[in-house]
Amino acid sequence: MVIPALAFFAVFALIPLAGVLVLSFMSWDGLGTPTWAGVDNWLRTLTSPETGNAAWLSFVVMVASWLIQAPISLLLGVFTAGHQRYRAVLAVLYFLPLVFSAAAVAIAFKSLLDPNFGLGSALGIDALAQNWLGDPQLALGVVLFVIAWSFIPFHTLLYQAGVKQIPASLYEAAMIDGASVWTRFWSITIPQLRYTIVTSSTLMLVGSLTYFDLIYVLTAGGPGNATRILPLDMYLVGFRSFDMGRASVIAVILVVVGLTLSLVLNRMSGANRMESQMEGA
Amino acid sequence: MSAVRTRPNVIGGLLGWVWLAIIIVPIYYVVVTSIREQSSFFSENALLPPSEPTLDAYVTVLQNDFALYFMNSVIVTASTVLVVLIVCVMAAYYVVRSRTRFAKNSFALILLGIAIPLQATIIPIYYMITQLRLYDSLLALILPSIAFAIPITVLILVNFMRDIPGELFESMHMDGAGDWRMLRSLVVPLAKPAIITVAIYDGLNVWNGFLFPLVLTQSADKRVLPLSLWAYQGEFQINIPAVLAAVTLSALPIVVLYALGRRQLVSGLTAGFGK
Repeated sequence: MVIPALAFFAVFALIPLAGVLVLSFMSWDGLGTPTWAGVDNWLRTLTSPETGNAAWLSFVVMVASWLIQAPISLLLGVFTAGHQRYRAVLAVLYFLPLVFSAAAVAIAFKSLLDPNFGLGSALGIDALAQNWLGDPQLALGVVLFVIAWSFIPFHTLLYQAGVKQIPASLYEAAMIDGASVWTRFWSITIPQLRYTIVTSSTLMLVGSLTYFDLIYVLTAGGPGNATRILPLDMYLVGFRSFDMGRASVIAVILVVVGLTLSLVLNRMSGANRMESQMEGA
Repeated sequence: MSAVRTRPNVIGGLLGWVWLAIIIVPIYYVVVTSIREQSSFFSENALLPPSEPTLDAYVTVLQNDFALYFMNSVIVTASTVLVVLIVCVMAAYYVVRSRTRFAKNSFALILLGIAIPLQATIIPIYYMITQLRLYDSLLALILPSIAFAIPITVLILVNFMRDIPGELFESMHMDGAGDWRMLRSLVVPLAKPAIITVAIYDGLNVWNGFLFPLVLTQSADKRVLPLSLWAYQGEFQINIPAVLAAVTLSALPIVVLYALGRRQLVSGLTAGFGK
């Protein structure tokens, strides 16, 4: 009974995964027949300053978005796990970004950040009326902000769920011992959430390797190449420059980085803990 | 927790309200702008409600094939979710019930999908879809969408089904029930909350999907909603209210579903990612 699921997964995920490795050694324009190219694509990609820049940007985006998203999601998760009615109402509103497509989010922010007609000019604050998407430095910041806006709600949800499963008796015991709010947070909440932290961080870091639609619609990688991270680089090299071989090399790099990250995080959280957690043990 | 907190958490509350503003302002802006007149978009304050609210922008969008794109999205999402649910409920049942090595290995293999950015497989998928002569069809979107939804769906369903007491299976087994009957009369009714959760979660992902439609379709009549937003942006150029009306219209059905199924989604994800 596992066969149908396995078959779909094999045909449209595992075979393509092997296929992308094969294609990384072939030359193909997306229309004709792929021909063998040896290590040519690899050499060209690994020495390409553009892809090097994209790799660096991906690293920056990955680290920065984790640094922004993880603490905020954690705090919001703890906050929304409380019982007051107003928190429940807030939580409903917090999760609204979950329902918008990346295309919708990108279009909304593009319009909102317009230097002439957007938020900045509406509030009459010059500092907000900048050419957000036209300046290379600012554009990267905007991308990080919009990513945080759309992904924090999901991770807040994970943390909220995690916090709700912490036994209340732990807090009660700590209260009797006279532990302060901070002590309780650091010695109970954080340690109890360690699996949630690993799961959420893994999804965040691996997820950053798939940020495509949002950035594609928001900046298309620009201005210049200021927001052209690896997944976007892969798309543009493959489907704009019609160099599927080189695009496949980038795809292989993404897969290797993704798997490595998951394994390292898995190890860090203790041998096979992640697996046993995923299996619900 | 409420018994534990003695003092109100002032800092937490304050940050909570700040975050609310960050979330709400862009959404408010989209809705307010969508009911603005095109001519007054450039002159009125972007954050104040329009002086003369109008639904013109919505009329423009609806006259430009919005219904067609909407239907395409419905077809792709509904068929994907239906197939995903059928194959994943079966798979999860097998993983939970079967003690074989094959079951264990299959599960481990499927879970790999969570650690791999599956998006990186888009080029071979494009190759396969063109070879199968499915390029520029809705089926081209449905097939890979099913595959991509499988890992997380199986994970959540397995986590949930593990909690079904073994005695229930034993007693049904004693009564002579086979796998199919147990699946139909025991697992599906009991796992209903988890099934609804994954249906919402997968549905949301497929509904909002952008990369597959961008790469695997071409014609306007095969466009799905996220791609149509992108296209409207080019077509309407300076008619920002119309673009944002399309954004609002595309999110509206999901907001309604979210309002109805939120509790379900949250509790189901808790079970799936719990601990």
